Amino acid sequence: MYEILKIRAFTESIREYTFSAPLAARRAEPGQFIILRVDEYGERVPFTICGADKAAGTVRVLVQTVGATTMKLAACKEGGCVRDIAGPLGRPTDLSEYGKILLIAGGIGAAVILPQAEKLAREGRCADTIIGARSAELLVYESDIREFSQNLHTVTDDGSAGDKGFVTEKLKVLLDGGKKYDAVFAVGPLMMMKAVAAVTKEYGLKTVVSMNSLMVDGTGMCGCCRLTVGGKTKYACVDGPEFDGHEVDFDEAAVRARIYGEQEKSHVCRLKNAH
Amino acid sequence: MKTGRNMMPHQAAGKRIKNFDEVALGFGKEAAVSEASRCLNCKNAPCKGGCPVGVDIPRFIARVKEKDFDGAAESVNSDNALPAICGRVCPQERQCEARCVLGRTAGGSVAIGALERYVADYSAAHPAISEAVAKDERSAAASGAVAKNGRSVAVIGSGPSGLTAAAELAQAGFSVTVYESLHEAGGVLTYGIPEFRLPKALVKHEIDKLAALGVEFSRNTPVGNAVTGAELLEKNCAVFIAAGAGLPVFLNVKGENLNGVFSANEYLTRVNLMRAYDGRSDTPVYASKNAVIVGAGNVAMDAARTARRLGAEVNLVYRRTRAEMPARAEEIVHAEEEGVKFRLLNAPVEIIGEYGRVTGVRCVDTVLGEPDASGRRAAGEVPESEHIIPCDMLIVALGTTPNPMIKNLFEGLKTTAKGTIITDENGETSVKNVFAGGDAVTGAATVILAMGAGKVAAKAIIARHGKK
Repeated sequence: MYEILKIRAFTESIREYTFSAPLAARRAEPGQFIILRVDEYGERVPFTICGADKAAGTVRVLVQTVGATTMKLAACKEGGCVRDIAGPLGRPTDLSEYGKILLIAGGIGAAVILPQAEKLAREGRCADTIIGARSAELLVYESDIREFSQNLHTVTDDGSAGDKGFVTEKLKVLLDGGKKYDAVFAVGPLMMMKAVAAVTKEYGLKTVVSMNSLMVDGTGMCGCCRLTVGGKTKYACVDGPEFDGHEVDFDEAAVRARIYGEQEKSHVCRLKNAH
Repeated sequence: MKTGRNMMPHQAAGKRIKNFDEVALGFGKEAAVSEASRCLNCKNAPCKGGCPVGVDIPRFIARVKEKDFDGAAESVNSDNALPAICGRVCPQERQCEARCVLGRTAGGSVAIGALERYVADYSAAHPAISEAVAKDERSAAASGAVAKNGRSVAVIGSGPSGLTAAAELAQAGFSVTVYESLHEAGGVLTYGIPEFRLPKALVKHEIDKLAALGVEFSRNTPVGNAVTGAELLEKNCAVFIAAGAGLPVFLNVKGENLNGVFSANEYLTRVNLMRAYDGRSDTPVYASKNAVIVGAGNVAMDAARTARRLGAEVNLVYRRTRAEMPARAEEIVHAEEEGVKFRLLNAPVEIIGEYGRVTGVRCVDTVLGEPDASGRRAAGEVPESEHIIPCDMLIVALGTTPNPMIKNLFEGLKTTAKGTIITDENGETSVKNVFAGGDAVTGAATVILAMGAGKVAAKAIIARHGKK
């Protein structure tokens, strides 16, 4: 059992959980994830680690309520426990190869760039960042990321915070304005990452995206998370979760993400009726 | 004395495809004693030579014949850490039973697997009696009587190889920690082999027995990430890698990433480990009415029979004939009884779909040629024989290869081009005091071979680091 030490609620449906999970925390690096199972009937669901305290033996993850597991998590309280946490899994983000980096997050993707921005800041080479969301209340970690960034650009679809528009528009403005980057790291909804990759391709700018595929074991055993990268099948769990954004087949990934759509809907209905 | 082999009762096919309960029901006492009485107690015991862990078969069967079931259990347990499991999943017809002298008679070989299972189940159902008569070291260890030798060993992976090594080492006084990346121990016994063939309560019972011996289980611990190989080697006198062959082999044909195409590992893990067949489970499993399974080993049969139980019509596509099917004979018969249709001499060349979902598999007819180097007859394609087998789900069960993460566990760990770990005859790898066994060394093989390797490595570790 793994205790929930703290819950920080951003909105009704977006919460950050701090778990006591010393084994997952002790060697966790930015970009890696945990597999979490809420209870004995729970499914195994991957969540990116948005922060780890090795000394305290804790990991933090950001959770948006969308399906069965996240609904069960939303019902959990501080001091409660989840059944299983395994990790860290996946390959850490490799930030070492690039000089000037632009981090781009859409929605709760901010949880993934937070530890990346923090690491770069600690290494004394702060990144520029763009964070975007539908509206102001859905922006997460804005102040944390600002602290670690050289320049933070905020955009919202409705203009309720920062500039009105999409992250891709801000990206173009920066690039057209003469900003030079060695690489872009983008994380968020599939179609947002696809759009970012399409823009950076025009500029010949190296782009790394983080794939949030469905998983079961998370250790390369089942192939549930497979995707096509540069014409080859890769596993998000052990080959990723980060891949070259110009090589990923986003459309296939989008279809694969809906594989259990029908079952998930009926399951969520059942859970809602039970409450 | 009965001359013909006693047959084990089974759940009727029509009934069992509606549940996940065990299919083979096991011998009753009378059938067990009757079957044991058929054993000729051959002096040279050819059966024993057919067993990868060297169970003294005539010895335990003689006890069954005398109705000394505790004695029989004691006898089996001293050779085999997981008899209830081996009695159910070993390919006996190719091992011990293949060498039984009676196999050449009309009555057939002694049902050794069924007897082993009977003895193990008897012992599990009568623990108090078994303990009361326990005399040997193994039983004494179960009550905590083995003196610790102050040395420790780390075992990576909790499948049959890891469990066997852990049992041997714990009995020799080592402190053993078994590292498992999943939330439950047992490896393929837990995530792979279905409930109807190997009840999970039984696997749990075997793991609990090891825990009672003092073996520690560190679940949810992906070695290489949460702890490194170097750390384990620093903290222990030896490490045993029994991480299995987890990476599924796909067909490498067009359409493989369509929705509805799964590795057998994924399908079976959802159903077995995650219990997707249980309405209370949150884990979804793809609802299929018309499934195609590709492959003909035990895993293919497991996937086919699982799909039947979840309501699908099932076609099993195999590019050779029934005679070449690698599965246990019993599984092939059971699959057929349960309505799995075998589409033999058929090779998939493309998976087709609409709107991202699989709708069928394009196959070609095959013909068998001469046996190749491995003795298996190669399947050649028949020109212009393309045809489509429609399906709404396709499961690839063509075997597995070791997880590529394994070779990075230790610096200097030598592996083959296929990714399997290279060991010497004692199971030691290119890194001193790092041993390996099971599918991680052999590539996908059987439970019992993995157990045999666990035993060999444990003996080598005991010889080097045990009490002198």
